[in-house]
Parts: sequence; structure tokens; C-alpha cells
Amino acid sequence: MLAHSLFFYFFSTIAVFAAIMVTVSRNTVHSVFFLILVFISISILFIMIGAEFLGMIMLIVYVGAVAVLFLFVVMMLNITEQLTKRSSRKGLINNISVGSIVGIIIFLELLVVVGGWKYKGNFVPLSAVNLDLDISNTHALGNILYTDYIHLFQISGMILLVAMIGAITLTFSKRENIKRQSYFNQIQREKDSAVSLVEVESGKGVKLDD
Amino acid sequence: MTEIGLGHYLTLAAIIFTIGIIGIFLNRKNVIIILMSIELILLAVNINLVSFSIYLQNLVGQVFTMFILTVAAAEAAVGLAIIVIYYKNRGSINVEQISSLKG
Repeated sequence: MLAHSLFFYFFSTIAVFAAIMVTVSRNTVHSVFFLILVFISISILFIMIGAEFLGMIMLIVYVGAVAVLFLFVVMMLNITEQLTKRSSRKGLINNISVGSIVGIIIFLELLVVVGGWKYKGNFVPLSAVNLDLDISNTHALGNILYTDYIHLFQISGMILLVAMIGAITLTFSKRENIKRQSYFNQIQREKDSAVSLVEVESGKGVKLDD
Repeated sequence: MTEIGLGHYLTLAAIIFTIGIIGIFLNRKNVIIILMSIELILLAVNINLVSFSIYLQNLVGQVFTMFILTVAAAEAAVGLAIIVIYYKNRGSINVEQISSLKG
């Protein structure tokens, strides 16, 4: 139990530190790296408390896809140029006060929720899907994800499809001076318009005008 | 102190959530940091769902965590696409210069 608590404090300290560094870091690339550090620490915590499938999924989806997407965008845009010129400090003080007040209030509210959890009533489980300790976490998750929640699962796939189409149509730019293949013109071409038989007299060539 | 319970995980989630909120307010540099703060907030929600799922011995929380992951990935993709096209149009993604909406 002591080892578990030591690991928890170690990884949660790293996660909180890295989360702070995400927001205060000057360089955006450093922010992305600290974001990756947060995700790795939290996924280790997930694996520690027994949600190993979600921990792995977090690693794959966040670190492997989302963070790399962030890195690509940061590298494509020229942001470091803007970092050199100092932004005006005019609104900064105002922002710090408002942001700190809102943040501290939200944090206190969340702590009150944690405190109030001690005085909870008796819970009635909303569904009968309970943790089965005989099978692994991934097995149990697959058992209910593909049976009870199959419609939600497919709808989430639709969400991903819509996001993909949206991202492509947003960033797609039609460039000029590029010869594109026209499939319909190719398919609709027929023998009459494409090929013609010409009687060639001997001694004269064929002159093709058009 | 040595016994790690539900409260520890909820406190960690609260701290990360608050850091995300404050990050949105304090950020003066660019919009990408705001998107990263939103990712932090969604991560805090995921921690809450998973810890409650383990505490209540109910797997539905983990299923919903997967759906939140899906939505987070879709949101990051669309948000970054918007940022790219904004940069293409205006040449800057500085937060202070994005004032077309006069918000």
C-alpha cells in the first residue's frame, strides 16, 4: 500500500507540474512536450488503479495522435517569430485577476464536492454492469462496449468521420495552374468522338486540323 | 496519508481542471495553448470518470471515458484545422490580435 501511495504522489506531482508548465511555458513546442508528459503520467495512474485498457488508449490516442497533431501545427505555423516581440502588458494584470478568481472558485467547488462525497447516501447502481474480477479489464470493457453500447460506439465513429471531413474541407485549398484529372470526361468519352476512320489517298498524307 | 483513496484522485482531477481553466484565462500568446488547456480539462474529466468507475466497481464510466476521448480527438482536429486556416488568412494567431468579433 505504501508503494502504491508513493507511486501515486510521484506521478501526480509530475502531472501537476507539467500541467502548470503547459500553460506558463514561453515556447509553444515546450508546451506540447509538457502536454505529452501530463498524458503519460495520467495514463500510468490509470494503469495503476486497474483501468489498463484506457491507459493504453490514452497513450495511443493522445500521445500518438493528438500531441503529434499539435506538434505538426505548431511547426507549420511561424509562431516563434511572434514570441520575440513582447506583447503588451496592458490587459495582463486584468486577466490574471479574473482568471485567478474564476480558477480558485472552481477549485474550491471541486474540493467541496470531494468533501461532500463522505456524506453520501446509499448508491443504487444505475446499471447492472459490474466489474468482474475474473476477466481482464480489456475483456470486460469489450464485453459491454460491443453489446450494450454498440450504438454509442458507432455514433462516436460517426463523430470522428464528421471531424475528419470537416478538417479536410476547412484546410483544403483549390490551387490554380494545376491540370486535374476529370473522371467524368474520361468515362463519357465515346468511340464516335474519339476515333474516326479516314480514307487516305495514296501519295498524300493525312492532315488533322482539330 | 498513505492510503490512496477516491479523494486523492478527485483532488488531482480538480487541480488539473483548475490549471486548465486558469490557462485559458492567463494565456496571452496564441490560440494553440487554449486548445491544450481544453485538452487538460477533458483529461481531468476522464480522471474523475475512471476513478469513480473503479470506486463503484462499474464499468460504464470507462466506456464513457472512451467516448470523451473520441470527442477530444475530433475537437482537437477541427480546432487545429480552424487555427491553420485562420493563420493562412490573417498571418497571426496571437490572442490579442484576434478581435474580429469584438468580444
